[in-house]
Formats: sequence, C-alpha cells, structure tokens
Amino acid sequence: MELKNSAILLTGASQGLGAALAERLGDQGARVVLVARESADLRATALRLRARGVEAHALAADVGSADAAGPLAASAAALVGPLDVVIHNASTLGPTPLRDLLDTTPEDFERVLQVNLLGPFRLSRALAGSMALRKRGAIVHVSSDASVAAYPGWGAYSVSKAALDHLARLWAVELAAHGVRAFSVDPGEMDTRMHRAALPDADPATLVDPAQVAQRVVEMLRQVERIAPGARLSAAEWSAVP
Amino acid sequence: MKAASAVRPWPPDDRLLHVDVEAGALRDAHVRDLPSLLAPGDVLIVNDAATLPASLHTSDGAIELRLLEPPSADGEQAVRGLLFGAGDFRTPTELRAAPPVVRVGEELTFGGEGGFETRPYEEGEREDRDALHARVVAVEPDAPRMVSVRFDRTGAALYQALYRHGRPVQYAYLPEPIALAAQQSRFAARPWAVEMPSAGRPLTYGLLRALRERGVELHALTHAAGLSSTGSDALDARLPLPERYELPESTVAAIARARASGQRVVAVGTTVVRALEASAAEHGEPRAGAGEAKLVLGPGFVPRVVTGLFTGMHPEGTSHFALMTAFAPRELLERAMQHAEREGYLEHELGDSCLVLPKIGGR
Repeated sequence: MELKNSAILLTGASQGLGAALAERLGDQGARVVLVARESADLRATALRLRARGVEAHALAADVGSADAAGPLAASAAALVGPLDVVIHNASTLGPTPLRDLLDTTPEDFERVLQVNLLGPFRLSRALAGSMALRKRGAIVHVSSDASVAAYPGWGAYSVSKAALDHLARLWAVELAAHGVRAFSVDPGEMDTRMHRAALPDADPATLVDPAQVAQRVVEMLRQVERIAPGARLSAAEWSAVP
Repeated sequence: MKAASAVRPWPPDDRLLHVDVEAGALRDAHVRDLPSLLAPGDVLIVNDAATLPASLHTSDGAIELRLLEPPSADGEQAVRGLLFGAGDFRTPTELRAAPPVVRVGEELTFGGEGGFETRPYEEGEREDRDALHARVVAVEPDAPRMVSVRFDRTGAALYQALYRHGRPVQYAYLPEPIALAAQQSRFAARPWAVEMPSAGRPLTYGLLRALRERGVELHALTHAAGLSSTGSDALDARLPLPERYELPESTVAAIARARASGQRVVAVGTTVVRALEASAAEHGEPRAGAGEAKLVLGPGFVPRVVTGLFTGMHPEGTSHFALMTAFAPRELLERAMQHAEREGYLEHELGDSCLVLPKIGGR
C-alpha cells in the first residue's frame, strides 16, 4: 500500500510504540490522526510531527468509551478524508502491579476488554464499511506474545490480546474480498512505559527500541498486499520481502 | 402514508416497493431482495457522507444554530447556518419561535458548564471542555435567520467541540430523538451531511456484500446533504442551497462503463442524483473531483446520468415525488404511492424503501 498521502488513524499515539509509529508514518508522507487519552502528550507528538512538515491531527479520546468510536471516525475523516488505515495500538494492562486472575475484579477485567478489544471493534466497525466500499484499506491490531502464551498475572490483558488476534482474522475473512486487509502484529518486548509498569525489574538492554518496531510495522503496511489475510506477524521475525 | 416512529432494531428488514417501469408493475419486496432485483453490471451509487451533529444550542437556550453546510476540513472558512428561536425538535420548525435579532460581530456561545450530555472526550484538556464560540460574520440582508459564522477554533479542536456540543438534527414527527450513531449508514465516512442521507440507512454490510457477489458494482460519492426544512416558506423556497460534493475517479469510471454498455446507474437517494446530475450539467459528463451542486431537480427535470433510483417512500405532492417522476411515468408513481398507502408502507427518514427501476438499456 502506498503510504504517501494516505489517511491513517492511530490510537495510543502519545507515547511508546504509538508515538514512534506516528513519526515513521509521517516520514512516509502519510496524513495522520493521532488518538490518545492524555491530551498534553498527544499534542506534543502532533506538534513534533507538524514541525517536520507532516499533516498530523490530535483527537483526545478514550477508545474504551462506548461513545468514542463514531465521533472519532467521523472527525478523522473530516480532517484527512476517508480513512485508508486504522492502527489499533492503544491498550491497557489493567491495574498494575499485575495480579493473579483470582485477585482480578470482573470490573477490571471488563475495562481491559473495553479498551483492548471492544474499542478496536467499534472503531473498525465505524471505518471498515467505507474502506470496503472504496476497496482500499488496512486494519492493524497491535498484539502481544501474551496473546499466545499464558503468563501468570497477565490474565485480562492476555485474554484481550488473544481475542484481538482472532478479531483480526475475522475482519480479514469478511473483508479481504473487498480490498480491506486486516492483520495483527506482535511487537515483542519493547522499552516502553507500559513494559516498565508490567515488569519493573526487566533489564532495558534486553528490550527492543519502539522506533525499530515502528519501522517494521510501516514496512508491513507498505507490503500489506503480500500479507496473508488475518496473519499474526512477529515484528522481530519480519523481514522485508524484496 | 404513516411515518416510521422509531429506529428499527439493527439489522433492519425494511420493506421495499419495486416499481418496474418497463412492465408498469408494482411488487412488494424487502430491501434484502435488492440483489435479485438488480442485474450484474448495474452500478449502484451511495452517498457516503456521515451525518454531522449540526444542531447547536446556545448556552442560554435562546438560539439554535443549525449548520447549513459542513465546516471545511481545516475548519478555517466561515460556515453558513440557520437560526431558530428557543425550543427543540418537538416543535415543528414552522411553529418555532423566531430567534432574537443577531448582528454581524455578535458571538454565540454553545455548551460550557451545565451544557449538554457528556460526549466522548472526557479526558480532554480544559479548553476542549470549554464552551464553543461562533462569531457572526454575515447576515443575509433579506433573510436575517440565515447567517455565516466563524468558530473560535479550527481543525481537530473544532471537530472535537462540534461532537461534544452538537446534536444531530431531529424530526418533529418522531416521539424520541434519534441518536447520532443510529443516523449513520454502514459506509459513512466524512461528516458532510447536516441531515442524514437516509436512503442508504437500511443497507446492511451483508447486503452490500451480496450485491457485489451478484455482480452489481457498488460505488460511493460524497454529497453534503443540507437541511430539508427551514420553518419558513420563503426560506424553504431557496432550498436546496448549493451543496458540496466529491466524485471519486473510480465512481466516474464505473458510470462511464455502465453507460457505454447500456447498464443501469442506480442512485441510492436523491442526494446522489443531485451530485451526479450537477456534475454532468456542468461538465457534460460526471467528472471526478470536488464541486458544488447548484442544480435544482424540479418537475420536468431530465436526468443525463442516473437511470434508476433507490429511495424512501415519497407521497404525491412532495418535492421528492416530483423528482421521482424523472424516472417513471407519473401515473405509475401515483399508483405506487396509493399501493404503498394501502399496504401500510411507512414514509420519512426511518421508513420503507422504493426502487424505481427501468429496463436495462432502456430510456
């Protein structure tokens, strides 16, 4: 997919992988709408991009809120035109320090599903019809190795990411014939605030720079036609197809 | 004809009256039957404009500003709007109180503390939660309710504020307001419509998929559908105002192919007719790109591009009925509306659908 001038909605864009993705997409000439709850960090990211000549807009919203998707999708389209790509990068671990399932309240579990699973579903639902009609689009789900491995303490997050991978597969089979690609990507263990919240004792030297992962995700998008619909890709194992 | 009184549960299973122009026949069907009523190669064109929450009430409740057009993408242009006095949609527009006299330079304030229900942006910074201000920059000399305003913010901040403080335009015949989400089609993109382009509302994604599987070509355009009523006969006579539209290359190419091969070009809704015919009237053929539709599709209008129409139920005497006569003999349409009345079809934005279809290669 040609990213120059493409219209991209990116959630969780104020920090970590999201902020790095915003920069890499901007470098490709994409017009980006950045979403995050924290307005100040988000604006700083958008201003940094604009200073580099990138068309970047900031919409402060909580993707876990049931009413957010419609206004977000429409505002984004108003600003940059019908969306070509949505990247579901926002996610929450739930309360930290991480805790056993037996110590996880159903309310906390539900909140994690709202942000990590239902939020992406609602937003894709608001965007994918237009993509299918125009026969052009990509839906990217940022997953985790916790979606396939059962690590003690990662319960709600882990379940949400497993379901998110499957959501990607289902969008893919329903939309592939209409020119819309969906896949998920496991970014690996990155040196981010989120990772520090989950595993404060991890050695940063063992963690990946989010900028490197962002570059890989951008490459995936550029070659999205070659990605099997619904594939779960590993950023660490991704190598550009010549 | 009775109006539908509420949004039907999703997915809808609306009725469809098929007006077969060639046979002069009427057939009762459902919207889900569309794939069997259309033929491979037919081109079905929808308006993908999302509906904007275009109604803004001032904080003191004295004035409602209904936007007549969407703000520009950057939000930096002045926006035209229509003022109403105190009250809400439960009062039919023609019975609404007149707004106070508003002069150029005055400022309207929307929302703020104690304003409207919370919209999604709870976590926004303080300025996002603050009231939205609009300065009046022009007043129509002979129509003082028609104004142009400039908002106090642009771009993403303007859209956040509109979605926070604005409500969708409502309909007096409905007992309950329709939520903004319930007004959007499955393929809505840019929020250019100030009232919902309602013809596309009953098209489920599953139906769109089935249409493509049948070989029907689906394409989009974007047309900034305007207000349907102003509350005054003098102003209504000016409707529709010029409306912004945009035709994608792929849509224009599909129309050209269909016309060359004698296939039908079926518009979903009168807004699609207006956009395509306005472009054809201006350029000879529909041309890709942005434009402003000034063409008024009145009685006697002869379409150059559109051959069939999928639309709502429009009883005789309405302007939409007059438009339908461009696609079928008046006598057949009169019969269709009498049949619809007798069979209990529902009219208006949430009602049933009507497909006026000529034979392939006809006209």
